[in-house]
Amino acid sequence: MKIMLKIGSLIGLMLTIVPPVLFFLGQIEIDSMKLWMGIGMLAWMVTAPFWINRQQEDRRPETEEK
Amino acid sequence: MSQGLFKKIVAKTNEYERTPIPASELKGNRSFLGMYAGEHTAGTEFVIGPLFVAHGVSAGDLVLGLLLGNLLAVLSWGLITAPIATAKRMTLYYQLERIAGKQVVRWYNLVNALMFCFLAGSMIAVSATAVGIPFNLEMPTLNDWLPRTPGWIVTVLLMGAVITLVAIQGYNQVSKFANVMSPWMILIFVAAGIVGLAQLGVGSAESLFSVAQEVIWNGVPLPGMSRFTIWHIIFFAWFCNMAMHIGMSDLTILRYAKSWTSGFSVFAGVYLGHFVAWIASGILYAVFLQANTGSQEFAPGQIAYQTLGIAGAVCVIIAGWTTANPTIYRAGLALQGIFPKVPTWKITAIVGGITSLAACFPALVMKLLDFVALYGLLLMPMGAVIFADFYFAEKMGFRSEGALSSKSDFSWPALLSWVLTLVFCLGLNFIYGVEIFFLGLPGWFVAVAIYVIVSKMKYPLTKTLAG
Repeated sequence: MKIMLKIGSLIGLMLTIVPPVLFFLGQIEIDSMKLWMGIGMLAWMVTAPFWINRQQEDRRPETEEK
Repeated sequence: MSQGLFKKIVAKTNEYERTPIPASELKGNRSFLGMYAGEHTAGTEFVIGPLFVAHGVSAGDLVLGLLLGNLLAVLSWGLITAPIATAKRMTLYYQLERIAGKQVVRWYNLVNALMFCFLAGSMIAVSATAVGIPFNLEMPTLNDWLPRTPGWIVTVLLMGAVITLVAIQGYNQVSKFANVMSPWMILIFVAAGIVGLAQLGVGSAESLFSVAQEVIWNGVPLPGMSRFTIWHIIFFAWFCNMAMHIGMSDLTILRYAKSWTSGFSVFAGVYLGHFVAWIASGILYAVFLQANTGSQEFAPGQIAYQTLGIAGAVCVIIAGWTTANPTIYRAGLALQGIFPKVPTWKITAIVGGITSLAACFPALVMKLLDFVALYGLLLMPMGAVIFADFYFAEKMGFRSEGALSSKSDFSWPALLSWVLTLVFCLGLNFIYGVEIFFLGLPGWFVAVAIYVIVSKMKYPLTKTLAG
């Protein structure tokens, strides 16, 4: 499950940075770029919270045991 | 990572407030690298970059000034703050209490809390420029000091109330949220730069240089704005976090470092936030100015929305909110030092109220550069006092940590150093017209000198027979 979430987050980040690059290269229109960036934002927001903070919480007991 | 470490530091404040950090709690460089990367890509970045454009800095001055100024800031953290933090391993407040006494620290806390309130207020205002977009809210302009419409006041007060309520609930959830959003926000800044350049017609390295020099940072200030030179940029980049490095606020964070070299870990955050993000947000503003010729409107939310759509506006809201929230929390902590018996929620509510009222005034956003410089300047002399006490006490023949060694709640050397340095800086400003950005450097030397001289008079080292 976690791997799926991470893939979702990666897609979110890709959709945040790739459309602007494509716009810069003249491959897409600005409205499409804005739309894809919005979808990327949603993808990041609905996936990242379920693994980024979890990862830290998982790590905490290890450091405390040491 | 950033908020995680800060949360841990805050949570452990009571535990290690008056004792050095034990070895088991020390952190490596990686912890600080992540923490600083998150901390320096914040809501303020959406304002500072555009203000540089408005102040008519030239492209060459901006790039060179930021490279040099940020380098000086990194060196200040690495060579001035971190060595003392890892040698003493105490919070700024406790270190200051031992040197200056509880009474003086109370005044320091009050100034600190007020400055935090105003900073958080400016961030609420920045968020409001994005929240107001769907409601067609009239946005503030560059020369506005007072709110333009009742709608602005209502928006800001509502946002302030929500942010305060969240702050009363605690720091945890916002810290987690900020932690999650940090990588996305950094990419939004990069995206802003790329899209902005495309909209300004950049297609090659050659056109990049000409657009940068002739369109974005063309050396011509907007009406009503003073002109910035390379010196303004160097000193602003160096001293925008003056309270944290030479002002020693980051003693509280860097005392957790295994080695003093962790002070240099700030370089990642500083060059991401205070180089990439400032340049990117400046490009965004140039696009806005080109699309809205002659516009005096200055609304980071609107500017980001025009170029990046909903993602840009949401980024401004989140950046402003996640900066305002911990700042309100920190202001609460500082005030709690003065009123320890008042419940935390009441303190946070009061702080939130002051912050929300401050946020009504757009001047806080329009004059953010001056405010940030003033904030650092007001707190810097106490950092100089800590520096002088640490390095010069023995060499110059006075007792270190005067308040502690004389078992007093009050110490004249620290107070005089603080007040007289500020009077000196005020004099430089009023009499000689030295701008606020340049006062920190001479002020630091004056603060050190006053502290050493008065300490030698007040707490001279008595020669012992054995000595």
